[in-house]
Amino acid sequence: MKKPKAMIFSGYGLNCEGETKYAFELAGAGADIVHINDLVDGRKKLSSYQILAFPGGFAYGDDTGAGNAYAGKLKNHLWEEIVSFVPGNHLIIGICNGCQILVNLGLFPVSSKQYEEREAALLQNDSGRYTVRWTDVKSESSSPWLAGIDTMMLPIAHGEGKFYATDRVLATMREKKMIALRYIHGEICAYQGLPANPTGTLDDIAAITDQTGKILGIMPHPERAIFFTQLPHWPYLKEQYVRRNMPLPKEGPGLKIFQNAVAYFA
Amino acid sequence: METVTRIEVVTTVCDSRAFVLYKRLVSDGFRLARVRITDVYTIDKKFAAGELAKITSLLAHPLTQRASHTMPLSPATFSWAIEIGYLPGVTDNVAATVREMIEDFTGKPFGHHEGVYTSRVMFFSGSLTESEVTRIAERLYNPLIERASVKSFAAFQKDNGMGKNIPRVVLSAPPAADEVSLSVSDKELASIGTLGVANRNGTRRGPLALDISSMKTIRAYFRKRKRNPTDVELESLAQTWSEHCKHTIFNSPIDDIKEGLFRRYIKGATERIRKKKGKRDFCVSVFSDNSGAIVFDKQFLVTHKVETHNSPSALDPFGGALTGIVGVNRDAIGFGLGAKPVINTYGFCLADPRDKTILFRDLNKTQPMLSEARIMEGVVAGVNSGGNCSGIPTPQGFLYFDRRFRGKPLVFVGTVGLIPKIVSGRRSYEKKARPGDYIVMVGGRVGLDGIHGATFSSQALTSGSPATAVQIGDPITQKKFSDAIVGEARDMGLFHSITDNGAGGLSCSVAEMAKESGGCLVELEKVPLKYPGLAAWQIWISESQERMTLAVPKHKWQALSRLLKRHGVVATVIGTFTRSGRCVVTYRGTTVMDVDIKFLHDGLPARQMRTKPMPAVRRSPKLPHASDLTHLFLSMLSRPNISSFSFISRQYDHEVQGSSVLKPLQGRGKVNADATVTRPVLSSLRGIVLSQGLYPSYSDIDPYRMAACSLDTAVRNIVAAGADPDRIALLDNFCWCSSQDPGRLWQLKQAAKACYDYAVAYGTPFISGKDSMFNDFTGFDAQGKPVAISIPPTLLISAIGVVADSTKVVSLDAKFPGDLVYLLGETYDEVGGINAKTNRKLYFALSSAIQRGLVASSQSVHRGGVAVAIAKTALAGLYGVDVTIDRAPFSESQGRIVVTVAPQNARAFENVMTGNAYACIGSVTERKRILMKDHGGRVIVDSSLHYAQRSYLSTFKEY
Repeated sequence: MKKPKAMIFSGYGLNCEGETKYAFELAGAGADIVHINDLVDGRKKLSSYQILAFPGGFAYGDDTGAGNAYAGKLKNHLWEEIVSFVPGNHLIIGICNGCQILVNLGLFPVSSKQYEEREAALLQNDSGRYTVRWTDVKSESSSPWLAGIDTMMLPIAHGEGKFYATDRVLATMREKKMIALRYIHGEICAYQGLPANPTGTLDDIAAITDQTGKILGIMPHPERAIFFTQLPHWPYLKEQYVRRNMPLPKEGPGLKIFQNAVAYFA
Repeated sequence: METVTRIEVVTTVCDSRAFVLYKRLVSDGFRLARVRITDVYTIDKKFAAGELAKITSLLAHPLTQRASHTMPLSPATFSWAIEIGYLPGVTDNVAATVREMIEDFTGKPFGHHEGVYTSRVMFFSGSLTESEVTRIAERLYNPLIERASVKSFAAFQKDNGMGKNIPRVVLSAPPAADEVSLSVSDKELASIGTLGVANRNGTRRGPLALDISSMKTIRAYFRKRKRNPTDVELESLAQTWSEHCKHTIFNSPIDDIKEGLFRRYIKGATERIRKKKGKRDFCVSVFSDNSGAIVFDKQFLVTHKVETHNSPSALDPFGGALTGIVGVNRDAIGFGLGAKPVINTYGFCLADPRDKTILFRDLNKTQPMLSEARIMEGVVAGVNSGGNCSGIPTPQGFLYFDRRFRGKPLVFVGTVGLIPKIVSGRRSYEKKARPGDYIVMVGGRVGLDGIHGATFSSQALTSGSPATAVQIGDPITQKKFSDAIVGEARDMGLFHSITDNGAGGLSCSVAEMAKESGGCLVELEKVPLKYPGLAAWQIWISESQERMTLAVPKHKWQALSRLLKRHGVVATVIGTFTRSGRCVVTYRGTTVMDVDIKFLHDGLPARQMRTKPMPAVRRSPKLPHASDLTHLFLSMLSRPNISSFSFISRQYDHEVQGSSVLKPLQGRGKVNADATVTRPVLSSLRGIVLSQGLYPSYSDIDPYRMAACSLDTAVRNIVAAGADPDRIALLDNFCWCSSQDPGRLWQLKQAAKACYDYAVAYGTPFISGKDSMFNDFTGFDAQGKPVAISIPPTLLISAIGVVADSTKVVSLDAKFPGDLVYLLGETYDEVGGINAKTNRKLYFALSSAIQRGLVASSQSVHRGGVAVAIAKTALAGLYGVDVTIDRAPFSESQGRIVVTVAPQNARAFENVMTGNAYACIGSVTERKRILMKDHGGRVIVDSSLHYAQRSYLSTFKEY
């Protein structure tokens, strides 16, 4: 099987590139962390990769809206390269801050096929505060990123994660199966006594895709859920496994997303 | 063509920020109908109208925001408007981003006199009087760093908006340096030391914090050279000799201890332990670098450092705490050849936020201290911003309350770093600037911020405390150079040495590295400035944040410069390291400083200190004995020092870097844990265990025992989570008060002695530390009566341990009904009884039981005693417990742990514990009641789990 190559953006305050690279490699992809300025200067090319990943972080400190300034820099310098990358046989993922960047880039067109127009937004959480917790999500999508996934547990950590679109746009998104993940009350919410929707996000939306399903914008962090020991209740589960004389799992649920990306190119 | 443009942006759909503010003000009793917030970007640069429209569109989301560069975006009606913006020169991170966005978009760089400034306008509708709206403004802005203007609707209409305000810094270009005559009376010499160098107009520049004997030593040094010092030299000596940098109190002779407390008790303990451990010694770098370092595995070292940022946090809690956490990150980045920050820790010592005491810094009551509620809100938010923006997990921390922290809060911030032992063929933990290396300043630009930070924190907080000592950190700038230096430049071998620019700015970092090479020559005019007009001495000692100093071999400079430019980082050659033996500084061709390196570093006169025993202020409290203590038990769970502070854990990202193993909130009940575990190398199961211990209130009874308990608690907490007791290192942070006072010095000596005794007994070496000696406040109360508040002497011990297999660590929550509850260790009828020898043996036994997988949950006993430890076990598991406790349930005797064990493991567990004090005291129950009985079967505590949980969560529920 030929390893697909993933490019993970970095610079200006993005900060989850290390663990995102690790997750891709663990799943069997090749992965490079590339500073945005190396693309601007032409030292690196998007076309050398099959997968683009915009990782989490705090690009430009979230100033003027999370993801806005980094998306602006991409538009100023790399827009044509991005637009020619998108229709190819490629996958793109934006995680948390990366999702905010993709939304601000306008890579999720709804009404038209015209990229760049922003028809969705991510607003500040209802609490007005950065929120860190685990969530349960349910897939409703046929996106290659989510193949074989029904529900899973993933952590969130963001201040601006409230999905917003007009009623008309939202209806079209539903119709075109662009809503990828919704927050639900599942295993981890039951364990920790938490409400399903962590931020007040519209329609419980946790992740969206473009109309092809190849571009995934996801607010929770799958790369922080690739080990068993990342689950909040692993010490409890461990006691359960041990007392039933069962071996401990090694992997966490989030790894599947990265494995799906690798399988897509297999 | 317009020179100044005011771009306003308003969120048009569900503005959570405005709603949260509205809710807060309504709950404070203001009669409000509506709040709306507009963000303002004032652009001080000429653009064509078409360009301005495009720039405006960059700053707003078309779907959810509206923006205008031609008119104010106010609601149609409102009662009052308040605009808050920064004072000139205060770090404005959002403005820096906007400036960069505009430059990137237009391709037109901003000139020296051009700039961007941010502010926000809040529009209030409701029946508010002018005095009420003034009170709202006072609640929302901090006059030390911000300006606020208030307008009524009518005035706003008449003026057509809030008006344009440009907080440009305007300074007159000063001469290179002023000569300061020291041929003056001893009285004047003393005032130069305490009040500072006189400006030409007679005002003083702010404290040098040099006492008369230091001033006389300096006078003698320059008399020998037949000249007066310059202001640059004097300010530089003051920085280098400050208590903050030199730790004179810890290093000077005290009573008959000639080598001082640090060498005798702290370093002395480490040396003895390392010798005894021999081949098992895991220390790599102790006390000599920005952090201490121990072995992690065959390939990596881990570093740790804990700092305090107390005085600035009293004045600007948000900026102070933010600067603190981002600053201690640089102690990792500045360790050896550069360690990657992988874990942050925090700890806040505060007065109860419900404390309503009003304090002023001055007699005329024009300089109010912030309320305790605002101090708490600010420090919590500051570490949130610093840790989250930097992408460093912040899992471990604590809150501690005592009304004596009202005058000065203690803000502890720590950072663990990770560094390979060998980088580019060199030992990573050794570094040396070489003669001929360029002195390179990397990171932010230099302004007036943070002038006199080092000398300021070496004094008590009074009305004379300089506002320029307040800074606001910029985590994104730091993240950019951290990525470049730790991620690339280090491994390419592009520099010989690196250190952080912290207290004292360049004057301390360059002088420190000049020791390695044997001298330096600095050209100050090369230092990039935030705005023109700074005096030479200001450039030299400014503590403008987010800067590192590097020693770069000349032939590597081009490569380093290119690399940093790619990362969007400013780097400048500001001089050369030499072997001249002198620290020489020039400014536009004039020599403004020329001092022997030896005098600069070792010239500070030795001072003999004397101590005098201080009687105990209070006696050990009598502990309540068994009777029905349910009510007391429930009220203890809601005490600020015991209750849940989950609101912090829920806003500090502890999952970033993908390394979390044991999280800050554990079990179904999400109880705050004492210890956390992190896996910093994703491909390895090896983990780092962290905890902290402190007992400030014990200082009143016995400072020796206070220190012993702090140390025992920190060690016990991480052993309870699974750390190997044979591989634990410690950090000490002494925060004292009135440290000139012989009684306080006696307490200090007692505490330091306990550090030695217990560290040696446990074999846990100190690897790094920091002290802060003057946590005193003098000011006035609401009636204008003088008030002096000193903190209780506080020693924070931080413990760091390594576990080989993270899957073997233990969380605190009870796992299954039917599991047995054990109390390990002996209970004494007192607060804080402690026996190191028996404890050590017990900790090794517990560790062995944990390694063998025999322990299902584990909670160290500390504040609130065994009753609280059992309650936490139950509350975390959301199961009941039925236990028998023989003696004082709230005794804080050290050396005890509450564990639960599966019944099938009981025999094996007891075998491992043989020879130690342990007792099976009951079991975990399906029935959701916390039931504690004495040996006679009488009920001591009987509470539903629900009530206990309600108490535990009540105190900070609304935070």
